[in-house]
Amino acid sequence: MNLKLKIWRQKDANDKGSMVDYDIQNVSEHMSFLEMLDVLNEELIEKGDDPVAFDHDCREGICGMCSLYINGEAHGPDRMVTTCQLHMRKFKDGDTIYIEPFRANAFPVVKDLVVDRSSFDRIQHAGGYISVNTSGNTQDANAIPIPKDDADLAFDAATCIGCGACVASCKNSSAMLFVSAKVSQFALLPQGQVEAKDRVTNMVNKMDEEGFGNCTNTGACEVQCPKGISLDNISRMNREFLSANLKKS
Amino acid sequence: MSKSSFYTSVGYKILMALSGLFLMVFLVQHLTINMLSVISPDTFNEASHFMGTNPLVQFLLQPVLMFAVIFHFVMGFVLELKNRNARSVDYAFKNPSTSSSWMSRNMIISGLTVLAFLVLHFVDFWIPEINTKYVLGDMTGLMADGNYRYFHELRHEFQSLPRVIAYVVAFIFLALHLQHGFKSSFQSVGLTNGNKRLALLKFGNLFAIVVPLGFVVVALFHFLTQSH
Repeated sequence: MNLKLKIWRQKDANDKGSMVDYDIQNVSEHMSFLEMLDVLNEELIEKGDDPVAFDHDCREGICGMCSLYINGEAHGPDRMVTTCQLHMRKFKDGDTIYIEPFRANAFPVVKDLVVDRSSFDRIQHAGGYISVNTSGNTQDANAIPIPKDDADLAFDAATCIGCGACVASCKNSSAMLFVSAKVSQFALLPQGQVEAKDRVTNMVNKMDEEGFGNCTNTGACEVQCPKGISLDNISRMNREFLSANLKKS
Repeated sequence: MSKSSFYTSVGYKILMALSGLFLMVFLVQHLTINMLSVISPDTFNEASHFMGTNPLVQFLLQPVLMFAVIFHFVMGFVLELKNRNARSVDYAFKNPSTSSSWMSRNMIISGLTVLAFLVLHFVDFWIPEINTKYVLGDMTGLMADGNYRYFHELRHEFQSLPRVIAYVVAFIFLALHLQHGFKSSFQSVGLTNGNKRLALLKFGNLFAIVVPLGFVVVALFHFLTQSH
């Protein structure tokens, strides 16, 4: 199929940037979206042009590195997949495809479609962990009985790959789905209880400090999340936050 | 809750939700009294006189209500501005309807419409009421003929077609606001999960239709049952 691409090009973080048109021919419907961009980049390099910079790593939907806002949707028109798992069969011959970086002030553009998502790392550092004695006396986690429902919900929350699609798709650039998943995966397990109060408060404070917007419960994040992280996690985080701060006062 | 907790995005959400929940309870109370005007004018008069003269209602509940209304609107604007500032460069291509409802994305528009209606409503009812009671000092609630004035005043306001149309439009926007606001309030205070979310969604949709429709029915009833 032949496609018209409108791609955001930006030389560096200080450049203003703009949408640039490209035509690409003979795209196989079996290609992944990133493979299609690889082909475009080969053509650009052959012509002596600067290839389009975009994030990618595992290309199997696990690492959370690929991003892209495609035709107004984070990770494109397919559901429960990352951009690397999106196939060109989702598009038709002659289509125009808009390809933009994930937009949020907390995700500044580094170059073209590459954004700096280290704000997520800093939120994790603020509380997304449990302190465990690793001196050799650590208790086997499997030795602690945990209700199956809780274990399943904690696992579901832990499948968040931190790609930032929730932020990109939210009209407010809110990171609450990500933060709530990281809070929930510990809040549901006994290992997470010791630091529970500080965790939720510190992570929420860090999220605000990084400049993310506020959640208005539109639910777009849940729809666009490639891992199907549930809004129930945001509700749980709100509950954890309320509980932690009522107990503090 | 410690003071600093209020100044976080989750703290704002919770306060916004609590004020919204309080206002929804008020709507039900207001509608109940309004419906009395359709069922029994005498009971409506008595209920209105009680609400208008009871010190607990006038000097405790009314100020709390005023505060909740002002807080809800001011906080709504503050959060809207903060959220807009979180994305300086917007997308060239947007497709928001694939993942969220118009109501959820446009609470500021439905909210502003309801705010504009409140101005009209205050001019129609609240300001004359305050003037009669606290400026002119007439706490009797009676007209010159010795009957209560409340039902008469209500009927008088709904003589005008443009006013009735304005009320109906405002309540359509209130319905849109409640459709998202109801379930959103419960989500913000952490009371939704799994099956409960679905039940709240269904009840919220019902609430968003029934309550505004009740107000519209009252306005239309009084407009249609009097000569113009």
